[in-house]
Amino acid sequence: MSRTPPAPEAAGPAGAFRPAPGWCAPEVAQELPGLRLLAAEAQVRRGGSLTGDSPPDIRERLRELSNRMRGATAVAVRRQPVPAAYRVFFRHIGLDPDAVRTPMEAAVLERMLRGGFLSGGLLADVLLVALLDTGVPVWALDAESVEGSLGIRPSGERERLGRSREAPELPGGRLVVADGSAPLAVLFGGLAPGHEPVANTRRLTLFAVQVAGVPELYAEEALWNCRAALELP
Amino acid sequence: MSPSEQLTIDRGAPVIAGVAVGAEAGERGARRSLRAQVARLERELCAIVADGFPHIGAGSPAWASTGPSLLGLEQLEQLRDQLAGRVQDMRRRAQERAEHELRAQELLERMKLEPGRYKFVRLPVTELGQRGCGVWEVRPRFGLIGMLAGWWELKLSSGCPLARGSRASATPATAPARGMPAVR
Repeated sequence: MSRTPPAPEAAGPAGAFRPAPGWCAPEVAQELPGLRLLAAEAQVRRGGSLTGDSPPDIRERLRELSNRMRGATAVAVRRQPVPAAYRVFFRHIGLDPDAVRTPMEAAVLERMLRGGFLSGGLLADVLLVALLDTGVPVWALDAESVEGSLGIRPSGERERLGRSREAPELPGGRLVVADGSAPLAVLFGGLAPGHEPVANTRRLTLFAVQVAGVPELYAEEALWNCRAALELP
Repeated sequence: MSPSEQLTIDRGAPVIAGVAVGAEAGERGARRSLRAQVARLERELCAIVADGFPHIGAGSPAWASTGPSLLGLEQLEQLRDQLAGRVQDMRRRAQERAEHELRAQELLERMKLEPGRYKFVRLPVTELGQRGCGVWEVRPRFGLIGMLAGWWELKLSSGCPLARGSRASATPATAPARGMPAVR
């Protein structure tokens, strides 16, 4: 399996944010052209815990977004280009988007059921705002638990999700987000136990999954939004 | 194995390998084509559901999701067939709904032209494909007088009920209406 080493994530001459492109297993890249993983590191400079209450600016942003997303938007969202691209991709990897909701549709459905985007803690809120703003889902891992660059590949037979003792076994051929030695998340699924950020995690590895039909700019913006929100002192 | 059989195998070997490579490329092309078809069907499904809201729902999922994986040719074919069936069903429902709305529109036109023939007929605006809670209704003008005199008119009720209910129901039960004794 050839893995492209990631380009260093850096701020360009104009201060442009360039996330590191992740690798993709050749069989995955061949079958699912347009699938890309982008990763970026973020230092949490906000005070308080990652799972604790969000600061007022983020809570206010959630309120604004709650007012913007109403019943009709929840249905119309599936026709918007970016969420529609994720729906198509879900079909291509064997997920029915009406059963396993795409991240954007799941978030909008939650808003309908709860009457608003309720705060779920600083990190959860930051990821949610980025998703609602761009349509691109972002996940966060504890950077200390990541070994090497991230990428997408099918899982091997009897491979485990994560490196911890309680890591569950994965069925062979499941698409996963992995680092150099182990799967750390199921693609569009849950993170491996022991690799999720906890309340006092200060260094995060953020990653976004871009699919065919989603402009790269959107994925970059999603990551930039998260990083900027977390690094604000 | 006889020499003639051996010869056949030896001569056939490169050809078989070539066929295998060709078949693999062909299968890859077929998978690509199936994925394009799935994408087209999915977009059409989304358009029908979004246009037909709230009268046409997404329906129950037909595909048993097992988890994200690379689908083979057979799985993609099954998925395409299931989606095509679903799209066909949705198209039929959208067509039925369009016909229903057309009939409702025609009824409204007739109610406007000859209200006397449609006494007390009610037609919700949702039947016309519009949003809201309004209802077209043929009512007598000036109540009983209009009813006796045959003065009928078509009226559109005012929008949706208030979130807190009507003023009458919002009034506390203990507050007596003017001239009425309090109910205790």
